[in-house]
Amino acid sequence: MNTTEARHSSSGGQPPSPQTFAQKALARAAGLDSVQIGQVVDAQPDVILSHDNTAAIRRIWQEFGQARVLRPERLAITLDHAVPAPTTKHAQNHAEIREFVREQGIAHFFEVGRGICHQVLSEEAVVLPGQLILGADSHTTHYGWMGAFGAGIGRSEVAALWATGQLWLRVPETMRIELDGELPPWVTAKDFALRVIGDLGADGGLYAMIEFGGSGIEALPLEARMILPNMMAEFGAKSAFIAPNAAVVEYVAARLGRRRSRAEAAQRGERRPQDAPAQMVDEARAEIEALLLDSDDGAPYAAVHRYAARDIEPTVACPHTVDNVRLLSEVSDVRVQQAFLGTCTNGRLSDLAVAAQIVQGRRTASGTRFLVIPASAEVLQDALRLGYIQTLVEAGAVIGVPGCGPCMGNHMGIPAPGETTISSANRNFRGRMGTPDSDVYLASPAVVAASAIMGRIADPRELE
Amino acid sequence: MDVIRGRAWKYGDNVNTDVIYPGKYTYTVSGREEIARHALEDLDPAFVTGMQPGDVIVAGRNWGCGSSREQAATCLVYNGVGAIVAESFGRIFYRNALNNGLPAIVCPEAARVIQPGDAVEVDITSCVVRCPAGEFSFPPFSPSIMHIIEAGGLIAYVKRSLEA
Ligand code: SF4
Repeated sequence: MNTTEARHSSSGGQPPSPQTFAQKALARAAGLDSVQIGQVVDAQPDVILSHDNTAAIRRIWQEFGQARVLRPERLAITLDHAVPAPTTKHAQNHAEIREFVREQGIAHFFEVGRGICHQVLSEEAVVLPGQLILGADSHTTHYGWMGAFGAGIGRSEVAALWATGQLWLRVPETMRIELDGELPPWVTAKDFALRVIGDLGADGGLYAMIEFGGSGIEALPLEARMILPNMMAEFGAKSAFIAPNAAVVEYVAARLGRRRSRAEAAQRGERRPQDAPAQMVDEARAEIEALLLDSDDGAPYAAVHRYAARDIEPTVACPHTVDNVRLLSEVSDVRVQQAFLGTCTNGRLSDLAVAAQIVQGRRTASGTRFLVIPASAEVLQDALRLGYIQTLVEAGAVIGVPGCGPCMGNHMGIPAPGETTISSANRNFRGRMGTPDSDVYLASPAVVAASAIMGRIADPRELE
Repeated sequence: MDVIRGRAWKYGDNVNTDVIYPGKYTYTVSGREEIARHALEDLDPAFVTGMQPGDVIVAGRNWGCGSSREQAATCLVYNGVGAIVAESFGRIFYRNALNNGLPAIVCPEAARVIQPGDAVEVDITSCVVRCPAGEFSFPPFSPSIMHIIEAGGLIAYVKRSLEA
């Protein structure tokens, strides 16, 4: 904020016109003083993400005849979409990726079981507020939770980025969505996201930057912030953004400090320490604060939508589109054969906590499977330590390996034709979970857990 | 590729990448022919057998929303699709199509009136779509996109710029 404004005001006599976050972030990434909305810039991302699709990208990149990628330190690669490898073909795919990682010396590489790309890159502070991350994954909008500019791109584009370090991006219009007041009990950021997408349609935010604000957003716990930008991929958005608060800065600083202290310790050949020295976290915090960007007062918004938090109710996306939303109360007679809690949208510690609380002392309904997949190894460890895993397994849940699981029909937990799944994921397109003949409903973790117990789509308040 | 001529295959709104190219094939299928065979598998099984090179897909709003998977564009290229005319596109699909030399044309007027099986012409140079119901113009591509299309796609474009 401050640094950018200082640069603007010193560059000319005119007071600078108010700018959106999207303008500032893309100006920085393109090395320009300022950019206009609609302008096409050549942006240089700070982080380039790929996952199990890295081998395919490598084959495209090899057409360029380069021996080395341009900036290996900017690449981040996770194995998460089908892990551990379910077939020989998947194993070969992973092996090819490991070979590429070795040959190019990619430091930000995360093995099978470490977790889902967006969760891991957040936990490891690979991405920082105010930075640009482009990823071969549509939910790269996720990083808006920490105030970064994240956008999904295609595989050829990632290959081009490995080779040249830059890519054309159009500076998007910004749509602002305000939430006023606190969400009622059992109503979550997931319900709010589904409500917005239901109201405005799956293309309601097409090409736009979606910026969230208001007292209701400020009141959200840290992990709940991660849901909104993630879900905006289902709104057609290019990117999404929440201005970081002190809690977000503290989270990222602690993790950046930890990553660096571990790297230093590893260089000395020491066992890694549990916590970073305070001084390292202080340095990280100062660095992050210098990177923070936010929209100016009076920034040009293409549209502003306001919601009162008290009007948001538990909401479910019905087959086969995310904007096909109903109130939870309207679908409570739908029987489910599988309840799936996990994914980059809702597989975090607070999600497992609420599920454990709901299923505590109960059993999943007969005829209903309850699949729980923590979003990362860190989430799994915390959930083990806090007893959530014990509670969930006692209630009949099956625990999967941290990763995407059956979210996109690639890994274990795939439904049979004719079956219905209630899922905490972000996408329910026909065939998404592997077969076009199954139905997927999307809801909050609390609803998924309650449904596992009741064997039909259920409101957690029924179990109170 | 200045003028594309073919018959129209018409689809509705919000056709997503999972029905254009199912996610379950994304890490295990890599051959051109095999990718082509799964195009629109969960939307219109008649497409792959019935389409002729040069044919044009005509769609409603938000064609290609969803995943970033590039096969959703390349599976159409490998079937010889000449262009896609839509009211609007999912943004990653839009990039993927252009980056693979497949013209993604935003022309709501034409997309609404073209009927299945209509003879359609897409003229990239003069920016018009011709169909039995009339002629409709669309906005020109920005220069950076035009360079990519002219080079025959992003890969060819990058290759050329690396050699320069
Ligand atoms: S959990 Fe699902 S939505 Fe998230 S990155 Fe994995 S496949 Fe994509």
